[in-house]
Amino acid sequence: MNRLLETKAITKKFGGLAAVSDLNIWLDFGELIGMIGPNGAGKTTVFNLLTGVYEPTEGDISFADQRINGLKTFQIARIGAARTFQNIRLFKNLTTLENVKVAGHMNTHSGLYASLFKTHSQLTSDSEIDGRARKMLEAMNLSHAADIRAGDLAYGLQRRLEIARALATSPKLLLLDEPAAGMNPQEKQELMGLIRKIREDFSLTILLIEHDMKLVMGICERIYVLDYGKIIAQGNPSEISRNPKVIAAYLGEDYSDDTALETP
Amino acid sequence: MQALLQNLIYGVQLGSLYALIALGYTMVYGVLGLINFAHGDVYMVGAYVGFYACTKWLPFQDISVHPEAAWHNLGMAFITLMLAILLCAALGMLIERFAYRPLRNGLKDLDAHFWGFVIALPLTAKFITIASPFGLISFIGVGIVVGYVMRPLIKHLASRIKLTSSRLNALITAIGVSLLLENGGILLFGANPNFIPNLLPERKFNLPGGISVQSGQMAILAVSLFLMISLRYIVLYTKPGKAMRAISYDIEAAKLMGIDTDRVISFTFAIGAGLAGAGGAMVAAFTHIKITPLFGLQPGLKAFVAAVLGGAGNIPGAVLGGILMGVAEAFVAGSKYVSYRDAIAFCLLILVLLFRPSGLLGKNVVEKV
Amino acid sequence: MIGKSMRFWIVRFLTIVGILLGMFFLSKIITDNLDSYYYQILIQCGIFITLAVSLNLINGITGQFSIGHAGFYAVGAYVGASWTLLWQPRFLHSAPFLQMGTTFGDAINLVIALVLGVLAAAMAGFVVGLPSLRLRGDYLAIVTLGFGEVIRIVVLNIDEVGGARGLSGIPTLVSTGGMAVFWVFLLVIAVVVLSKNLLQSVRGLTWLAVREDEIAADAMGVNTTKVKVTAFVIGSAFAGAAGVLYAHFFTGISPDVFDMNTSIVITTMVVLGGTGSVTGAILAATLLTSLPEMLRFLKDYRMVIYSLSLIIMMLTRPQGLFGTKEIGWKSFHRRRRTSAGGSAAA
Repeated sequence: MNRLLETKAITKKFGGLAAVSDLNIWLDFGELIGMIGPNGAGKTTVFNLLTGVYEPTEGDISFADQRINGLKTFQIARIGAARTFQNIRLFKNLTTLENVKVAGHMNTHSGLYASLFKTHSQLTSDSEIDGRARKMLEAMNLSHAADIRAGDLAYGLQRRLEIARALATSPKLLLLDEPAAGMNPQEKQELMGLIRKIREDFSLTILLIEHDMKLVMGICERIYVLDYGKIIAQGNPSEISRNPKVIAAYLGEDYSDDTALETP
Repeated sequence: MQALLQNLIYGVQLGSLYALIALGYTMVYGVLGLINFAHGDVYMVGAYVGFYACTKWLPFQDISVHPEAAWHNLGMAFITLMLAILLCAALGMLIERFAYRPLRNGLKDLDAHFWGFVIALPLTAKFITIASPFGLISFIGVGIVVGYVMRPLIKHLASRIKLTSSRLNALITAIGVSLLLENGGILLFGANPNFIPNLLPERKFNLPGGISVQSGQMAILAVSLFLMISLRYIVLYTKPGKAMRAISYDIEAAKLMGIDTDRVISFTFAIGAGLAGAGGAMVAAFTHIKITPLFGLQPGLKAFVAAVLGGAGNIPGAVLGGILMGVAEAFVAGSKYVSYRDAIAFCLLILVLLFRPSGLLGKNVVEKV
Repeated sequence: MIGKSMRFWIVRFLTIVGILLGMFFLSKIITDNLDSYYYQILIQCGIFITLAVSLNLINGITGQFSIGHAGFYAVGAYVGASWTLLWQPRFLHSAPFLQMGTTFGDAINLVIALVLGVLAAAMAGFVVGLPSLRLRGDYLAIVTLGFGEVIRIVVLNIDEVGGARGLSGIPTLVSTGGMAVFWVFLLVIAVVVLSKNLLQSVRGLTWLAVREDEIAADAMGVNTTKVKVTAFVIGSAFAGAAGVLYAHFFTGISPDVFDMNTSIVITTMVVLGGTGSVTGAILAATLLTSLPEMLRFLKDYRMVIYSLSLIIMMLTRPQGLFGTKEIGWKSFHRRRRTSAGGSAAA
């Protein structure tokens, strides 16, 4: 089995409204998968379901050979699924380095007692985490900003720090929620390189939500298209860009016959 | 059964009073997200306005000597109520302008002068009786001097202030204002309890079933209900009311729509404080309760609990919470656990919040991820 | 490695012994030389520093808006005093080593009272901490305030502990042998050192992360539930210890001592010091405890000036005296967590 993540017919209802219905997706180890869809299609809800923020109304999610629905967010994070947030959620009053160290805390073996009394083992484990966090910042080109308050970082750096922080939990699966939102073309270009690089360096499986077609088409091996909470298409980028359903979802029915989806 | 109904009536009357005070809390909370701790003390000031109006300012007549003066006294009582509402509304606006607005918008020169006068008050009063003309002049003089001394200092500080939207800051400021009103009250009114003597004719109405109601109780209930209905009208159908609701949804968006938010906030404080003042004056006049400068503390706290119980920021919620708490308290007070009457409010609150974390009528806002 | 670890523990042991000895002699010197009025203020300061720093763990560091700290303080004081005044004389009056009146017996009894007070307060903290899992912000604040009041009213109704009159004639175990400064400031050192250790550790960062953004902390694998409840338990345990020392120094307690105003004063200390800053909490606790005493010459005007200074301090320095800064050995080299840009936190 080289499935890392698989959802079996998951549905999430809010009141009577199904935000996600009968969703079947899977990710193999090492894949880089994109998830696209119009605004309000339920993409972020899928992320919230995968990370335990919401519990699915129906269906099962298995991750790393384990059934994870019903688990708490922090438990899923500890099994190895890390995420970034669409609306950046950094620990604003902590420094860049400290943000990453928070994520690294799972690797500490010392308990609360050790932290309160500053035991020797705690000091060594903390300095290990510190070292690893600094390496992580280096990998994400953030070393120069290590001691700056995260809330004061430039927007692009904040997005990068979110990724660095997620990586510091040593995940198997990385979920990126619109990592390129608000970036200029040059920053997006850099980000694409960066995503490819971290996938290699950390041997990750990545699922990313993105609106920027160029980015998605450029780096993803397989793409899921979501509309009204349902998967309407899946396949490699060239298949997706020619799929009439996808074109209809993005541009309306009228265009579905003649035009192929342009990559802006 | 009879005791039950009697308690219920007392509870509703008590509850209407809590509701009246709770409305001020909830409106301010809805608009600013601020727990206005000083609100209970505004209620106390209302009671003192009532006391001074009834005993010193207005020509009330002694009805035990002149029973025919009942109507005259009733008219005077109406004026007293108006006075309490107006003075407390003004106090509410002052508090908002000089204690809470600087937290949002930073300190201005005017703030220096206002606080200069406030500081001058105890400074002068320590040496001279302010009530005399000389005292008044020296108070104004000292106030101006202190204001001008503070101006550059505040200017200097204001340039370095980082405005925070921290709730805790606002809360501590509110606590400071509350302490100031209480201790200022002790200086101005004296620490000894006062009470308003019988000025209005009192009747006891016997209802079927052996229940009786006091005319005073009914008056409090009626006036409270009238004020609440007026408030509902203001909030739902008038322009400032609509602006208030807009601000409570999104203050930034309200600004962009051209709403003068500072003015509306000031208006909100005025209304809330006016209601509390009315409550204070009524309680003082009708129940002859002993009033002290600390007398707003417990009702204020309970009204605040009532506001949270109903759902902070929710106007019908405050009324519901107030009545519920009044009734619960009346029943505990009527049972053998009377010594727990002050605890019931909190027990009720804790219970309700465990099941409905945003109060009875409050919307449970789930943070968007 | 073992050698390094050994050396670490030897240094640690010697430091603790050094602090104990230092405190012992300092206590003797202060007790012999300080006027009893100032002595009482000093003890009061120590107790309020403990309360403020322990509330800072809950309020400042973990960001749980708690304003009912006096409740835990009360639990500690009453349980501790119940031991020395009620339970010990009734059940263990003839037990060896437990006789009060000798230096050793007093110390043992104080330690037992401390242990009981701390356990009871920690348990209360656990119970009060549970709502923090469901409630946020102001709602949590009013519930903690409510718990504090409920505790006070319940105590008020227990005749065993004197009801409204309270307990008096509690043995002055803290002062035995002129050791009051020793006990009180030992507690202060404990709470300060533990807070600072926590803040400097990665685990402490996870507590701050809960304050900053609970959802993100959760997604980073932080067990936010555990962090919040732990903060409440540790914070209230220290408040309980402060209560025990208060009872056995001032010898009389009544429900009034632990009313809402006390809770509010403690919260004020945390905010005024700069939320999250241990140094700030210490300074603000000292200031707010001694200020009313220093203003005593103003008589009636004292509390007016006090409240005025509170308002003006909040208006002119909203971030508190220290912001989130700390003063410590390291701060001379680099300043922690100061914002480089200075943009306002919106």
